[in-house]
Amino acid sequence: MSNTQNKTYDVAVIGAGIVGSAIARKLAGYRLSVALLDAREDVGDGTSKANTAILHTGFDAKPGTLESRMVHEGYHLLSDYAKQTGIPVEHTGAILVAWDDEQRDALPGLKVKAEQNAYAKTEIIDAAEIYRLLPHLGEGALAGLSVPDESIICTWTTNLALATEAVQRGTELLLRRRVASIERVDGVTHLYTSIDRISARWVINAAGLGGDTIDQLFGYDRIHLTPRRGELLVYDKQARPLADKIVLPVPTALGKGVLVSPTIYGNVMLGPTAEDLTDRTDTGTSESGFAFLRGKGEKIMPKLLEEEVTATYAGLRAASDYPDYLIEVDTEQQYVIAGGIRSTGLTSGIAVAEYVDELLRASGAIQLVERGDLPEPPHMPNIGEAFVRPYQDAARIAEDPAYGKIVCFCERVTAGEIRDTFSSPIPPCTLDGLRRRTRAQNGRCQGFFCGAEVSELLESRGKSANAPVNPKAKVASVEVPK
Amino acid sequence: MSTNGTVLTPTVLIIGAGPSGLRAAAELAPRVSGEVLVLERESVAGGIPRHSDHPGYGIRDMGKFIDGPKYARILREQATAAGARILTNAMVTDWAGERSVNVTMPDGRVRVDAEVVILATGARERPRPARLIPGDRGKGVYTTGHLQNIIHLKHGKVGKRAVIVGAELVSWSAAMTLKHVKCKTVLMATEYPKADAYRLFSGPGKLFFGTKVATRTRVTRIIGKPNVQGVEIENIDTGQRRIVDCDTVILTGDWIPDNELARAAGVDIDPVSKSPLVDAALRTNKAGIFAIGNMLHPVDTADVAALDGAAVGEHVVNYLRGDRPAGAPLTLTADAPFRWVAPALLRQHDPAPPRRRLLLRSDTYVPFPEVVLRQNGAVIARKRLWWPAAPGRVFRVPSSMLSQINWNDGAVTIGLAN
Repeated sequence: MSNTQNKTYDVAVIGAGIVGSAIARKLAGYRLSVALLDAREDVGDGTSKANTAILHTGFDAKPGTLESRMVHEGYHLLSDYAKQTGIPVEHTGAILVAWDDEQRDALPGLKVKAEQNAYAKTEIIDAAEIYRLLPHLGEGALAGLSVPDESIICTWTTNLALATEAVQRGTELLLRRRVASIERVDGVTHLYTSIDRISARWVINAAGLGGDTIDQLFGYDRIHLTPRRGELLVYDKQARPLADKIVLPVPTALGKGVLVSPTIYGNVMLGPTAEDLTDRTDTGTSESGFAFLRGKGEKIMPKLLEEEVTATYAGLRAASDYPDYLIEVDTEQQYVIAGGIRSTGLTSGIAVAEYVDELLRASGAIQLVERGDLPEPPHMPNIGEAFVRPYQDAARIAEDPAYGKIVCFCERVTAGEIRDTFSSPIPPCTLDGLRRRTRAQNGRCQGFFCGAEVSELLESRGKSANAPVNPKAKVASVEVPK
Repeated sequence: MSTNGTVLTPTVLIIGAGPSGLRAAAELAPRVSGEVLVLERESVAGGIPRHSDHPGYGIRDMGKFIDGPKYARILREQATAAGARILTNAMVTDWAGERSVNVTMPDGRVRVDAEVVILATGARERPRPARLIPGDRGKGVYTTGHLQNIIHLKHGKVGKRAVIVGAELVSWSAAMTLKHVKCKTVLMATEYPKADAYRLFSGPGKLFFGTKVATRTRVTRIIGKPNVQGVEIENIDTGQRRIVDCDTVILTGDWIPDNELARAAGVDIDPVSKSPLVDAALRTNKAGIFAIGNMLHPVDTADVAALDGAAVGEHVVNYLRGDRPAGAPLTLTADAPFRWVAPALLRQHDPAPPRRRLLLRSDTYVPFPEVVLRQNGAVIARKRLWWPAAPGRVFRVPSSMLSQINWNDGAVTIGLAN
């Protein structure tokens, strides 16, 4: 652990979710010392970890808003970044399905709205075309709007790539630090956290669900966040042939509604619910949530319900009373807020970082001198299903047998991949952290076969992966020509 | 996906080295001309008995009463002694052809082309998400398989106060494992009106473990994070709910076959049990692909699974000799209270099923059931049995009842007399 007490950072970013990590990465590209703080024990362990993992075109944003612009720009920025770093993305496309006359009548307006959001490729399609594209859709679809560029992405790898690059650019990642109070003295803000004091000239508030609380510490009362719980059911990979496109509902006042979407790991997801809570830590699932989702699923894709559920989870998104993203610079307090960034933050994160940079530059209040010595972007391990995974890679296994030892059978995670996470710039410290880096234990058996083995790998920090495979077993070996 | 060119060409490929796969290997290795290859994805062959460190194995197939690890070792040794080749840490990931698979193992990525493939991939317990148990995602929720892996293979620990969900044979196996690490089973909860293990077991079991069994009870919520602190349970009849303090929850039973490869091969699947549909000779609808063991009847005891492996030997040898089944099979379906029946495909000239038994799963307890076969709505055979049909364990019916089938008539159902 660094000696944070005697140091004054140029910038402290609060929140190592997607938005905070993207901002830290951007600012670490200048000659600045940057700290990235998070209350949790891993990056991306708050709202960023549990969303619907869709890379949005922004077709349905409110035109003219900052959110619309950020999502539109973010779509392209993140698509490019994914190519550079190996973040898994699949361009599946989406179909927005109208189930009644009112919804059908709303489609032309949505098409116009998409165009106002600088997305011109939507098309209104009839029922026959919908069933051609989605043969397993439930009965009663009347018409739809196709959104060919909506995509699915790995939210975990996105967060991890941004945070990893921030760290590789010299950012200090300070985990388990919940900011409790602040004090501003002589142009420096002292952040008092649960374990120490962190001092910085500039503070960026990207605290997600905690964004309004931090904002209040700086004397503001301009945004109030409500944890909106979204429960999701994840169906087994065997369901994947049922849905190879994102099936969206026509949006209503309550949000985007329940969707059916393929996941980047080869599953099918049904959700989310939308329920406003008061407890910002309540990520439990509920009987009513499951019943609601199954009711919706029965209509959208009845065959899906015959498949096994391999995961259920709930995420909290930051619903805000502020009607748009709130991104502002306070030059006097040397404080920036990037708040009210709801589930679209996965797509828009990099754009938000660029926008913060733009605002800081325009303010003239901070010196932004580019570094000439930036490392290459990280190359992230592929955990997506559409690209070659280590267990499929004969050459890689031949070089390192640990990639041929499948530990998690359902997700085909190898001992080599688990081992590698422990030498990565941001190693996991929990089973959940390991899950998000490798998919281990995310599968249909949930640990029946691999639970004990994966725990052992976590406890040994991957070292047991290098042990000779089954030294005592008297079995023949395959002669593999080198 | 590329392989590095290594291709193995056994005559028979057996996928899964649990009791059924190992027993099939031991039967077949001396009887087929080429190689019998068993692929096992775990590091040690033997299947689930390896981590069931208590007696009760080997009764029907070996005439012994031994513990799981010893039973697994004998099966392993018998297969190897018979000349079968067992590869561990070798996972079949996908099909490369009709009877050809891709395999990942530390030694490399390999293709295996066989004349016959026997699927012996077994079954596992449904975990929490599949059972849709809501609540917090606290640590301390395990299936029996996961628990026994932790305790018996990794010598790890769990908490101090456990609630076991389910009250069947495997649930008592979980209770024994918990006792081994001094974790008290404070409650067993079953949705059925009575504990569904053999009374021989559950009666003394209750005294031995000091465990209460709550019948007609379901778990409605798991409470506590980062570690489990309790479960909310509901009496299904009264709707009354209460919270039981515990730091460990063991989800037992509720079996699902590991049918991924079977489905990927296009093998027909029973919609209820999710098992591959087979005939009495354990043939699937795909030529040269057989299925055996607890994947077909999730789950019966390990020895019954092994006896499938013993039975399949002759059918595979006949197949290799060129024998093919004649004509389309009649389907046998289960009527309530039975959930499923195996085998479910019947042919006039097929041999008897393994152990001359039809295997069924019942949703209710029936003390002396009178089983009936119906064809076109008419009862064609009836048989009173002197053992109960009970939820939580496989119910066995003599296959001699099938002799009454009119092979030119329609589908057959099996149920109870009205």
